Amino acid sequence: MKIIPRVATTLAALAAASSASAQSIDETVNAVFASSTGWFVNFIFAPIPGTGFPWIVAWLVIAASLFTLYFGFIQFRVIRHSLQIVSGKYSDPNDAGEVSHFQALATALSGTVGLGNIAGVAVAVGIGGAGATFWMILAGLLGMASKFTECTLGVKYRNEFANGTVSGGPMYYMTKGFAERGLPGGKFLAILFSIFCVLGALGGGNMFQANQAHEQLAGVFGAYPGWITGVVFAGIVFAVIVGGLKSIAQVTEKVVPFMGILYVGTALVILLMNVQHIGPAFGQIIDGAFTGAGVAGGVVGALIQGFKRAAFSNEAGVGSAAIAHSAVRTKEPITEGFVSLLEPFIDTVVICTMTALVIIITGQLMIDPTTGDYILNEAGRIVTLDGSSGVGLTSAAFASAFSWFPYVLMVAVLLFAFSTMLSWSYYGLKAWTYMFGEGKNQELSFKILFCLFIVIGASANLGPVIDFSDAAIFAMAVVNITALYFLMPIVKRELNSYLTRLRSGEIKRFH
Amino acid sequence: MPDTIVVACDGSDASARALDFAHARAKQIGGDLLVVHVLEWSPYSFLTPDEIAERHVRRKEELARADAAIIGPIIAKYKDKGVKIETAVKYGHVIDTLIDAATTANAVEIISGRTGNSGVMTRVFGSVAGTLAQVSPVPCTIVP
Repeated sequence: MKIIPRVATTLAALAAASSASAQSIDETVNAVFASSTGWFVNFIFAPIPGTGFPWIVAWLVIAASLFTLYFGFIQFRVIRHSLQIVSGKYSDPNDAGEVSHFQALATALSGTVGLGNIAGVAVAVGIGGAGATFWMILAGLLGMASKFTECTLGVKYRNEFANGTVSGGPMYYMTKGFAERGLPGGKFLAILFSIFCVLGALGGGNMFQANQAHEQLAGVFGAYPGWITGVVFAGIVFAVIVGGLKSIAQVTEKVVPFMGILYVGTALVILLMNVQHIGPAFGQIIDGAFTGAGVAGGVVGALIQGFKRAAFSNEAGVGSAAIAHSAVRTKEPITEGFVSLLEPFIDTVVICTMTALVIIITGQLMIDPTTGDYILNEAGRIVTLDGSSGVGLTSAAFASAFSWFPYVLMVAVLLFAFSTMLSWSYYGLKAWTYMFGEGKNQELSFKILFCLFIVIGASANLGPVIDFSDAAIFAMAVVNITALYFLMPIVKRELNSYLTRLRSGEIKRFH
Repeated sequence: MPDTIVVACDGSDASARALDFAHARAKQIGGDLLVVHVLEWSPYSFLTPDEIAERHVRRKEELARADAAIIGPIIAKYKDKGVKIETAVKYGHVIDTLIDAATTANAVEIISGRTGNSGVMTRVFGSVAGTLAQVSPVPCTIVP
């Protein structure tokens, strides 16, 4: 027990002693980080020649639209059946005790519902205005088809090891699926995906989370050096993923869903309190989506922000969900695809929209009363009521209705950040061990690297971190979607076979 | 077809007494025994990614452990004692699973022990035997 006061004293001493030098540590980390990742970020977000439109956004939109068309608007056709599967109506009672569809969905959701829904949305509307929300919702709806495709393949081609544990995800369907279709290059894509998955785990799944967690803490307790938050977070994550302190992870997994419900519940109450503003807010959303309403880059600017942040939040097409969903026990891989398509709906269409509506109806975005357009600062961002951005903007919007909410949000952000980090440490580890082989040393080296990046993420400025996080996550989508194009006929075959058997009554309903 | 009696078994002394009673009763009516052990499980609980990856293995281990520690000794004790005994280890909510087993087997009776908690504990946490008596679709005997 003596160790706790000792650690606290040491931390306090460190914080005090470092007040002069800390800023410079943060600045050094920031400068090194920005200069070493800049080329990668520039490549991923390069505009299509002759336009201002990043090719990566077009890549995601086209893929999601193609999957939607190829599978005949699957996301709208089977949503009722998806809900029946999640509620267990088609689960064989003899399989009780195995991972249920509900559990797979809940765990995958706790990996995706997080800062993307709170901070990411604020970034989107802070740059793209209310109109970004429309494109975000559209991206969420289209993304359901991408998720359906990748998660079906994730289950179909997972690996079952001799000890009974399972590993699945894009790297497995790339190798096995390509081999089955007699296509070359599966192994190459799998390695490329794994490299980007490790970067994504360190970026969006780690540094972005640490960074925003620090911003939230600094917002409530006053500014202090970011590396302190980083070290504390890294210590806890280290205790869980290296030290095997599973109880922390288990508590987090159980508390996170309730924080999610509390967040959505509070947003709903704020919307009800401002019910007269909901109509005009949707007016602003639609208007902004097609006129640009004076944001930097106009309609395209709003669209890019909406699509970027939706993809970052729900990860559809990125391939991470295929890892998360692959462990479920089912005789029909397609059923997990049906379940997973609910994820972008809950994450983006419901939760992200709630955040955006709260920011819009509480009047956080400053509008010039004479022109009706947003007031922009030198950087092209919309000026907000108290000058905040990211998670601070969401916090300010909620605080305008409930002054105590920033404290709840702080706890929620910390928990979301923590659970997202745990999920991504798992995804990253799966990619790492795919490349370097299963084994204690390989696992430990990744886990230590992961913890180091938490400190870097908390110390760096939002700009470079968010750019690198996006770039790494989207790089995963480049490889994953390429593979999905080649493998989608397999999913179609599974889908047609399943739907025929469902109609004929061969697929039994148990409850 | 002989009548089936379902007996709930969790390996406790109380369930051993219930089993003795059920065995005597089955002999009396010339019926069979179906011994059911339920591993409490909800498909709606939350699991970590690691727990999900390991779930299938853990389930196998849990079933093997239940077989070795609870079902094995029962079969050894009542073998060749004049009553046909079947056993089942199932996952689920205790009451629902017992009732489900009784319904599927067309059982004529459910027999269960009780822990004997009283007062506050029962008020807060409820009691398996008490609830079973309330909702059982067939006659239910609680053995003290």
